[in-house]
Amino acid sequence: MAVARVATGRGVARRRSLVGWGFIGPFLAVFALVFLAPIGYAIYLSLFRNRLIGGNSFVGLDNYAQALQDSEFWSALGRVALFLAVQVPIMLFLALLVALAIDSGRLYGKSFFRVTIFLPYAVPAVVATLMWGFMYGTRFGLIGNINESLGVTLPDPLSPDLVLASIGNIVTWEFVGYNMLIFYSALRVVPASLYEAAEIDGAGQIRIIRAIKLPAIRGALVIATIFSVIGSFQLFNEPAILQDLAPNAITTYFTPNLYAYSLSFSGQQYNYSAAVAIVMAVITMVIAYVVQLRGMRREY
Amino acid sequence: MATSVRPPPARSRSVLTPVRGKARRGPRRSLTLTVLTAIMLVYSLIPLVWLLINATKTQAGLFDSFGLWFHGDFALFSNIADTLTYDDGIFLRWLGNTLLYVLVGAGGATFLAVLGGYGLAKFDFAGKRVVFAVVIGAVAVPGTALAVPTFLMFSRMGLTNTPWSVIIPSLVTPFGLYLMWTFAAEAIPDELIEAARVDGASEFGTFFRICLPLLGPGIVTVLLFSMVATWNNYFLPLIMLKNPDWYPLTVGLNSWNKQAESAGGEPVFNLVITGSLLTILPLLAAFLLLQRYWQSGLAAGSVKQ
Repeated sequence: MAVARVATGRGVARRRSLVGWGFIGPFLAVFALVFLAPIGYAIYLSLFRNRLIGGNSFVGLDNYAQALQDSEFWSALGRVALFLAVQVPIMLFLALLVALAIDSGRLYGKSFFRVTIFLPYAVPAVVATLMWGFMYGTRFGLIGNINESLGVTLPDPLSPDLVLASIGNIVTWEFVGYNMLIFYSALRVVPASLYEAAEIDGAGQIRIIRAIKLPAIRGALVIATIFSVIGSFQLFNEPAILQDLAPNAITTYFTPNLYAYSLSFSGQQYNYSAAVAIVMAVITMVIAYVVQLRGMRREY
Repeated sequence: MATSVRPPPARSRSVLTPVRGKARRGPRRSLTLTVLTAIMLVYSLIPLVWLLINATKTQAGLFDSFGLWFHGDFALFSNIADTLTYDDGIFLRWLGNTLLYVLVGAGGATFLAVLGGYGLAKFDFAGKRVVFAVVIGAVAVPGTALAVPTFLMFSRMGLTNTPWSVIIPSLVTPFGLYLMWTFAAEAIPDELIEAARVDGASEFGTFFRICLPLLGPGIVTVLLFSMVATWNNYFLPLIMLKNPDWYPLTVGLNSWNKQAESAGGEPVFNLVITGSLLTILPLLAAFLLLQRYWQSGLAAGSVKQ
């Protein structure tokens, strides 16, 4: 009797397991095709080299060795690292300030603020970059207007020195509202009774923010940081589109992704390009992982 | 266990969705804070205002008027007409392509994420941990790092330069899967599924008839975010498509912009600007409409207080 029951229990479990695979199966099939297969193919490609004489040959890790000594690759990596170190904190800080302001309940018209500041997220990167690029421009942009009407010469935002900061501004504009929304949603689920208790204890607003609100949204802060780190390392659209407006300021190796793209599509160096892409993917994953570990460990 | 089907607790909330309502009593409105926050508001709006104003100018007007004010001639309607008819109405073709990619790509992505998220949340099966680790790891892989190998693979399979090359990669959203997973775990009580099983409903029948309606707000959230991702997609179609007839709006607009730089190309800045405006309007509208839906669907989340 008991044996029979165990057997049926196992049968049900196996059937459930199959049904579970039935639900996740379609996702996994496409996932394998567009994520796993390209990663595998990239690794395969990165181990070969195509020479004019001798054709395609296996070269082991030579492409990786070349990437690690490639000054253009390092300069691209340094640029996105600088971008990450400056733009991401500014953007997340602004997003946090707005989220706290909206959550404080002290604003007039707070849902108007929330919706409007989020709107740029819905604007395609192409359109955002074209708009800002035109505004930066001296031909019919705002900078040109100001120079003309005031008789001054403002620094050109599309010059080699400033173009990275100009891209930082575009990216901040696109994503500050998105991050604000993540923080705001996290703040909304903090029980109001906590604030009331803190106020009874005589805590001021700053104290409440530091002692209650920030710890409560730590998870959201970590997630937003990880996404921003990944986004910075992936930087491609904005510089690629600005390249047409500022050809002298943006080189073909401005960011690692732009470099990998140029190697493939202008240089036909598919094998080396695959190696560069893999090195970048590994660096990105390691950093995202470190952020996650640090963020989760830090208990307030 | 014996307690029969209860309506699920209305506690569903989504990670990314704000919840309106239940303004806390107490804090006084502050004009200073409102003005300070308004700086961010102005920053968010200026480029959009610039776009709107400059879509009303002729190409000559663009060059000899102040960027944030109107030029004498109001050319918005002739600009729109020119945008829609330029080059045999290619803009409408691009719009149609974008709609196709969004409909099939984002729609399919949402469907797969909902099915998969539900499966992960409500079934125990061998290999579930592996699935979790691989999918979460995949979130960190830069999409652009995958693009080049995907292109090479697809060109071997003869898929490049067809709509499939844009649609198939759009069908997978690891973030959407994760979102639906956490959402389904919270929104659907196990007892509900158990009760349906006792009543003899099939697993898929239970999913479609009983669970799907409960997942509404989560589905809208995932759908919205995959719509934005697909509508705004630039890199993938850029490398996959050579034939302008298959371009989505984003790639098409940038090809118009490039036209001014190429030797002998006719600059069409007024069309780039008007086309940009037309490109963002549907998404802004969809977003605002869906926003309302979310707010009503998710207002329940604030009950948690």
